[in-house]
Amino acid sequence: MIRALLIACGLIAAALPALAQGTLQDVLQAHRAEVESPSRATVGTVLDALDDSDLPGVATFLERWQDRAVWVRASDGLFFYAEEQDDGSYALLDISTEEPVGTAAASEISEIRPNGGVRREIASALVEFQLADPDPARRRAAVTAIARAMEPEQLAPLAASVEDEPDAALRAQKERLARMLTALYGDTPEARIAAIESFAGETAVDARAILNRIVATRREAAAALPEDANIARELRPGGAIAEDEAYEMLVAEELAPPRVPAGDVLAALTANLADGVVAGVPVETLGDPDARDRAYAALAEAGLVQPRLTDDGIAEALASHAFWDEYVEPDPAITDAAERALSATELKVAAAQSADLALDALSLASIYFLAAIGLAITFGVMGVINMAHGEFIMMGAYTGYVVQQWGWVPNYTVAILIALPLAFAVTFAAGVAMERLVIRWLYHRPLETLLATFGISIALQQMAKNIFGTQARPLTSPSWLGGSWEPSDLISISYIRIAIFALALVFLAVLLFILKRTRLGLEVRAVTQNPGMAASMGINPGRINMLTFGLGSGIAGIAGVAIGLYAQVTSEMGSGYIVQSFMTVVVGGVGNVWGTLAGATMIGGLQKGIEWFNPSNTLAAQTYMILFIILFIQFRPKGIVALKGRAAGD
Amino acid sequence: MRQGFLAKNPSVLWFLLLLALFTLAVTLMAQAGLVSTSLVKTLGKTLCLCLVAVAMDVVWGYCGILSLGHMAFFGLGGYAIGMWLMYARTEAIVAENLAARPIPPTPQEISDAIGSQIFGVVGSSDFPPVWAFAHSLPLQLMAALLVPGLLALVFGWLAFRSRVTGVYLSILTQAMTLALSLYLFQNESGLRGNNGLSGLQNIPGYGHVPQSTISLVFLWASALALGAGYILFAWVVSGRMGSVIRAIRDNEARVRFLGYPVEGFKLFVFTLTAVVAGLAGVLYYPQAGIINPAEVAPIASIYLAVWVAIGGRGRLYGAVIGAAFVSLLSSWFTGGSAPPIDLGVYVIQWTDWWLVLLGLSFVAVTLFAPKGIGGLFDLITARRPVEEERVGDYGPDQGAWRRREGQEEA
Repeated sequence: MIRALLIACGLIAAALPALAQGTLQDVLQAHRAEVESPSRATVGTVLDALDDSDLPGVATFLERWQDRAVWVRASDGLFFYAEEQDDGSYALLDISTEEPVGTAAASEISEIRPNGGVRREIASALVEFQLADPDPARRRAAVTAIARAMEPEQLAPLAASVEDEPDAALRAQKERLARMLTALYGDTPEARIAAIESFAGETAVDARAILNRIVATRREAAAALPEDANIARELRPGGAIAEDEAYEMLVAEELAPPRVPAGDVLAALTANLADGVVAGVPVETLGDPDARDRAYAALAEAGLVQPRLTDDGIAEALASHAFWDEYVEPDPAITDAAERALSATELKVAAAQSADLALDALSLASIYFLAAIGLAITFGVMGVINMAHGEFIMMGAYTGYVVQQWGWVPNYTVAILIALPLAFAVTFAAGVAMERLVIRWLYHRPLETLLATFGISIALQQMAKNIFGTQARPLTSPSWLGGSWEPSDLISISYIRIAIFALALVFLAVLLFILKRTRLGLEVRAVTQNPGMAASMGINPGRINMLTFGLGSGIAGIAGVAIGLYAQVTSEMGSGYIVQSFMTVVVGGVGNVWGTLAGATMIGGLQKGIEWFNPSNTLAAQTYMILFIILFIQFRPKGIVALKGRAAGD
Repeated sequence: MRQGFLAKNPSVLWFLLLLALFTLAVTLMAQAGLVSTSLVKTLGKTLCLCLVAVAMDVVWGYCGILSLGHMAFFGLGGYAIGMWLMYARTEAIVAENLAARPIPPTPQEISDAIGSQIFGVVGSSDFPPVWAFAHSLPLQLMAALLVPGLLALVFGWLAFRSRVTGVYLSILTQAMTLALSLYLFQNESGLRGNNGLSGLQNIPGYGHVPQSTISLVFLWASALALGAGYILFAWVVSGRMGSVIRAIRDNEARVRFLGYPVEGFKLFVFTLTAVVAGLAGVLYYPQAGIINPAEVAPIASIYLAVWVAIGGRGRLYGAVIGAAFVSLLSSWFTGGSAPPIDLGVYVIQWTDWWLVLLGLSFVAVTLFAPKGIGGLFDLITARRPVEEERVGDYGPDQGAWRRREGQEEA
């Protein structure tokens, strides 16, 4: 209370002379030298004086001062705003009233050029005025500027402007920002702790950044732990702190001699080699590390080389010193509060991150599902193994590329809408041709189907390479699919992935409808369960096989367009998905569309889960995932959704 | 009537004779300067590929397991020998460099120098644990055979005991191969990531011997291994064990009901062929000079199956013919020495179109000539019909070979 009174008295005392001076020009003339050639050290006095004067034109002046639009007339030292006119002379405006007061030639006046440091000072002073500006856009800009800078002196004006803020949203923003500044720079520990506690459990990135700033630590080393320091944690060399790093700290604090690199030791020994002997140690024995240590120690004793510690010595030095992390903030109550607030946040952050991971996994799963669902029909339902399935995906993607890039359709949205059915048509035709020409002769020899379709796969891949070249081709998505959906700071997913997810759901529904609710689906199921019996019931198995295979291949084509939107189109893109697709079908359970969905979900989730443990290494994630699948098949050889009874086929 | 081994397998003698003649001819021509060192190396490498193809034929053509992992075993053998070659050679170079200094090096210095030479490309200089035996040739040779063998044993045991068969097994082996190659692609695997191991053509301790001599030595070693492997596998697939193995291919369930331990036989064949594939890799990579994870990728194993299918599976010499024919043709076409064909509107460059031709001819072989090139031999040496010994029918399954085989072969 007494302190507040004193501050108030000080303010009044400072304001008195300013009140007496009257106009803005008068205030400036009082500090003429500082205004004319301001430096960072002196500009503060001018700014204080201006602040205290409470004159209406101060904000405008500060803005123009900062923008180098203030001029001084050499003859009388008065300040003006000036605008260049067509004839090269300048129109002068009075600094207090902004009224035109005549013109001046360029030689009569000179521009005031504050340097970068000064302009920053002016800007922060300006913020106070801008916070109360009638224009909401400028007030918002001022709040943003404070949030970026986070200077201690911004706290008071910001807190003062909260009350009078008419805009509710902006007021909340100001209030929050003021709490942040209070947490960092509040006058009393109680105020700071209250502000810190108000952020407990908040997941927003800026709030956590403030808290993390409060609990920032620096690493220290000394002979013993200090009594008075606000210590975050003690570090044990070899444990929380690496031994090398710990020793480097001792060296930096001059508590231990610097480490001599092995190369320098060798150079020193070589330099002191005379008559086959180094400091009394015969050179032949120097292949032994102990002999080297002895020779070097002898040289150091003689003062010829800088002394060093042996490994034992280093261990001893580390053991006899203390290492700790110390909070930059000296008050333990405050850092404790911040740590508490952060740990309250932790759970929420973890939950948000899990949600983000789940979204990622879901999107990966839908991509695997799209890639595998065609295979679920040809391999899962028909039992035909088609190694060229990946190449059908690639054909679909290139169909999309051709539609988009070869200049027929300028609009990307229309191009995609044309590409999807066209890709289906192209790969449907390719699938039917392959079934008629190759696969139908091999229905009784599954292993040979595998090899024949592999032959087709390498031929198709090489042909695509010959036609389109080896470099990756982009498939541009329409602009409304760009960007991403961000429900919170920690969760985001791009719209293209959402679209792929939606497409996967549509496919699931369409396929289930075809297989379960249409005549074709009935015939497909009949032929796959028992071709002989189906044929005797009047179904043509050849036609059904052809159509089923065409359907599976056509879906691969559409998947190709979708995958092309998300990844690059290359001639080898299909081979990257083929093993994963087979795994998806096998893990999910052969002969069942739901199984494929389950398989894709499991594999996508698993891969993202493993990546989460080791985000830098997606190769490792894939490796472990495949190993897991191999083991999984041991326990559920028929997959997650196993067919039962006669439909199982065995 | 009991017959001797050679009488039952007339192809063994013929094969050994031709192999010996071929090796001798190449040696003489190389000494006379008619055949370049690089061609000798290509032929030596081809012999190794023939060996792994014979192993593949046994596991696929005789036992019916379409393994898409045998080139991975081959690559593991190559990695094992490559580790010793690289370590020993780097050690020699480092020792020479360090010996030039006035002060003798400490063991730590030598190890660090070798480490930074070998692992400099992946930004490390520490020896990963997998290099623990790299200093010793016998240990690495053992690893070259044991690692593929153990991997095949564990994988095969897991797969066979849960009755994974047919195309599922193929996909599973392919997944295993993919996992292995992805693992090797990582720098963390300790095998230099996608750089692989290089400089393997320099045999430590034999730096003074010219490559022309070394290539001939490896040609002989490869020929010897191929001959021995051929005899071994001819023995495995003949006699009672051979009958059981082929019966497993044709109807696994029936063999199981007859009381044979199907899993044991399959595991034996799978593991034995994996070990032989590792041995082939040991001989192949010092001739190739470099090994990287791409050599282990699933596609290599599929090509192996392609060779065997084109050569004719179910007969050992078929696999040899297929591997030799396709791999030599492939290097001829992709090497750019095949003349381009001018169609008027488009010139077919074989480097671009060879794979298309291979793929399509592969489809054609599967469809029209399931016996492969080896089937041509049936035209000159009609297989003896054995119908008089047979009682009963051959069963209803059209996919099996037992009818054709039963009618043609003892």
